[in-house]
Amino acid sequence: MVNTEILGNRTNSSVPLGVRNSLGGRGYTSTRNSCKLCAPLGASLVFKGIEGCVPLIHGSQGCATYIRRYMISHYKEPVDIASSNFSEETTVFGGSRNFITGIDNIIKQYKPQVIGIASTCLSETIGEDIPGHIRNYCETYKGLEKNLPTFIHASTPSYCGSHAEGYYNTVLATIKTVTEYEKTDNSITIIPGMVTPADIRYLKELLDDFGLKYTLFPDYSETLDNEYTSEYQLIPTGGTPIWKIKRIGNSKAVIEFGNVFNKGVSRTKDVGTIQSAGEWLESSLYIKNYQMPQPIGIEASDRLMDVLKELSGKEIPEKHRKERGRLVDAYVDAHKYVFGKKALLYGEEDFVTALADWLREIGIETYFKKGADFETLREEAENFKPDLLIGNSKGYYIARERKIPLVRLGFPIHDRFGASRIHQIGYRGTQELFDLVVNALIEYKQENSPIGYKYL
Amino acid sequence: MAKTLIEDLELGKFVEEVSEAYPKKVAKKRMKSMVVNDPDSIPEIQANVRTIPGIITQRGCTYAGCKGVVLGPTRDIINITHGPIGCGFYSWLTRRNQTRADKPEMENFIPYSFSTDMHDSNIVFGGEEKLKQAIREAYELFKPKGIAIFSTCPVGLIGDDVHRVARHMKEELPGVNIFGFSCEGYRGVSQSAGHHIANNGLYKNLIGNNDNYVRKNKYAINVLGEYNIGGDAFVIEDLFEKIGVDIVATMSGNSTLEQFETAHTADFSLVMCHRSINYVAEMLETSFGIPWAKANFIGAEATAKTLRKVGQYFGDQELIDRIEAVIAEEMIPVKAAIEKAKAKTEGKTAMLFVGGSRAHHYQELFTELGMEILVAGYEFGHRDDYEGRRVIPSIKVDADSRNIEEITVYPDPTRFKPRKTEEELAQLKEAFDIEFNDYKGIMKDMKKGTLVVDDLSHHEMEKLIEKYKPDVFCAGIKEKYVVQKMGIPMKQLHNYDNGGPYAAFEGAINFYKDIEMIACSTIFKQMKAPWELEEVLEAEYVFN
Repeated sequence: MVNTEILGNRTNSSVPLGVRNSLGGRGYTSTRNSCKLCAPLGASLVFKGIEGCVPLIHGSQGCATYIRRYMISHYKEPVDIASSNFSEETTVFGGSRNFITGIDNIIKQYKPQVIGIASTCLSETIGEDIPGHIRNYCETYKGLEKNLPTFIHASTPSYCGSHAEGYYNTVLATIKTVTEYEKTDNSITIIPGMVTPADIRYLKELLDDFGLKYTLFPDYSETLDNEYTSEYQLIPTGGTPIWKIKRIGNSKAVIEFGNVFNKGVSRTKDVGTIQSAGEWLESSLYIKNYQMPQPIGIEASDRLMDVLKELSGKEIPEKHRKERGRLVDAYVDAHKYVFGKKALLYGEEDFVTALADWLREIGIETYFKKGADFETLREEAENFKPDLLIGNSKGYYIARERKIPLVRLGFPIHDRFGASRIHQIGYRGTQELFDLVVNALIEYKQENSPIGYKYL
Repeated sequence: MAKTLIEDLELGKFVEEVSEAYPKKVAKKRMKSMVVNDPDSIPEIQANVRTIPGIITQRGCTYAGCKGVVLGPTRDIINITHGPIGCGFYSWLTRRNQTRADKPEMENFIPYSFSTDMHDSNIVFGGEEKLKQAIREAYELFKPKGIAIFSTCPVGLIGDDVHRVARHMKEELPGVNIFGFSCEGYRGVSQSAGHHIANNGLYKNLIGNNDNYVRKNKYAINVLGEYNIGGDAFVIEDLFEKIGVDIVATMSGNSTLEQFETAHTADFSLVMCHRSINYVAEMLETSFGIPWAKANFIGAEATAKTLRKVGQYFGDQELIDRIEAVIAEEMIPVKAAIEKAKAKTEGKTAMLFVGGSRAHHYQELFTELGMEILVAGYEFGHRDDYEGRRVIPSIKVDADSRNIEEITVYPDPTRFKPRKTEEELAQLKEAFDIEFNDYKGIMKDMKKGTLVVDDLSHHEMEKLIEKYKPDVFCAGIKEKYVVQKMGIPMKQLHNYDNGGPYAAFEGAINFYKDIEMIACSTIFKQMKAPWELEEVLEAEYVFN
């Protein structure tokens, strides 16, 4: 919850914007108001997209608590994440005992089909062998393995990359662990990346409309935006079933949204050797991978429709053709409000680059910076002079200081309601985004008008 | 009537039923943390023990308690998180501890989140140099009076010494108070370990540094363990302004570095959250001779009682008269608000699971609304918060408490000055029943037959709600949507659902309104669609 009183008070003179010159133009070593979160959060999000899955974070309990706190505030849904609760003793003698107890307790309480295990900076620093722990655990149940849940392990130390990297690593780890190849069938796989529950629901509708047989992974459209049920669900319904993830290997094609994936900034490793899930499926199982940026905007959505046309052998359904038509119509009607405006963007790299492509399409100039923190952006905004900000709640203070609108997209959104229901991809999603941006600009104009026109 | 309600529920049976879902060993351990209360013969409860892996807890970590809770609300100290990025981000503006920096010269760094953002190379080669550079940058940017460094999990493991870095940088940047905290997340059972570490650090690095407190009034006190969530400390400050007593230091809501440095000049300390600040209260007493007493500003009656305690302590008739006048004036709207809310809230039931003292404090407000508390417990309390400080000598010291530094405090050679003699304190206790340097715990104030549960697990919470369907369930954000999905009104007592203040008279009125609103919301009547059949079996829950 962003507290406006604190932020309000911050607009006093203690904020030394001009001081940056004292460092002689060299960059900062410290991170001042970070734009990224840590990797196990991304992992937890993916695990929430698997049917019957309970995530376990192998490390100190604070990690699970903080990550739950952030996801719960954003999605406004229960998010159960277990922890192996490391103590000082565990850091010395290793976490295998905590691991076993943790798994035992999850099984007894939740009877899950899947347990997704993410590592942390703590367990990675002491060199925990999680695959070994899983092997040992399964060995003690020799002969009864089929009663055990599926175990998926993703390596997500928070000192490598960001939450986005944790997300992509976990998608890849899940597919590598579970997927098998029998024989190629007529289905396709779609890996949409860090989109919203509303986006996932839209994608499923779209693929159904094309008559495609598909597996969408990870699918947290229900687990993180669930209906009210008269009986409480310990593990919320929804998620990609594990048997479907298993058959991803049989797909004739993969559609993967993104262009940065787990190869983002702050890696010291050679990114050339890192693969996204789609790339791995292509290189290891020879499944054609249609890689494309998140389909925000007409051009990007057209690209998706083209691929769907090719894969389904069907024309674009009329419903979607009309949505495109309405979007074009809206672009024309509102172009005078948006053309030549300037937007400052921040968030996950794949999301920001997709947004930037779309904004260019509607004539908005964009500024974003690889690996920058909020304070760097705030300083650069002095020169760029944006008309609006687009990104998560954490950038609110910059918008407030500059007295410009903030269009809230991405993660986390803690100061508005309905983050799960923001739809931002495809023609329909772009339409919703477009309306948001146009109205933010109109509202700004109205608010700042001395007369207060009601007709704009 | 009310008595039979609680007895009828036979909450003792619940303990066994709920434990059936656990493996045997876990069940045995959990059952020690769930006890049926008897205020006349307080039973022993297991508390402040490790949460069992795989049991979903609401507890946080040592870092959260140290950086987020105790040091976080102070506006003019730069807090640098030394570690990978997650911890710094997650603790950035997520507690609603407010501050009032309304003059241009006032510094406010609360909206800033500094982190060393350690990468893999820092883990391999050490991060001390990066930390030093971060401190230099913070200094160049803000020229702050103080810089605090907080360690996250990997820091302890790779052997970075934040205290050495602090000493080094203090030499490099004279005039800036730089100090570190070894508050790695894995260190303690919960955030309460972080509170202890923070308390030690406050005493070693800040308290007593400045003797020049200028009084506005004749009497001056400290308010300890009040973090100004939703503006609570503001209303408390206003109240003391009205009665004409200085607050030297609030720890740490709406506070500044100077307040810590001058806290030793006060005459008396009031302790709100016993768990998070009792160490400082004790140290101020041992080192400087300032007695402390438990206070509670949550609830109108409780506030009145606390104010009267202050009047009795100073024994000044003029002050006592002023206090009585303020209480009389404030109670008029309070009484009207209670009457209005009570029409709807009387006879309803509540459960509270929050904090290390809030589950106790908020019972007062519910009692004023005529509501019955069925079950309560803390997230990170210790046995003394439940059973009272008398049990402290009998608390077993385990590995987790052993690795938190215990600092030994001696009377200050020049500044130790008992504010009251032993006889005076004994007289005050005799005449007004003020317990000095003591806290009697939550159980003393809960009815016979109620249930007390420490570190309530997710599973236990779900079963409690299913079985007893309380009218209001109080907890935090992590439980919020579970409770609401179960169709039960939920009140967040960590961040107040963006509401508040709830402290003192003004806050009490806010609380009555909020509870009346949520306990009577019509939303819950619409949860079943007309086409959903009556489920006859729903009331009869079968465990497993």
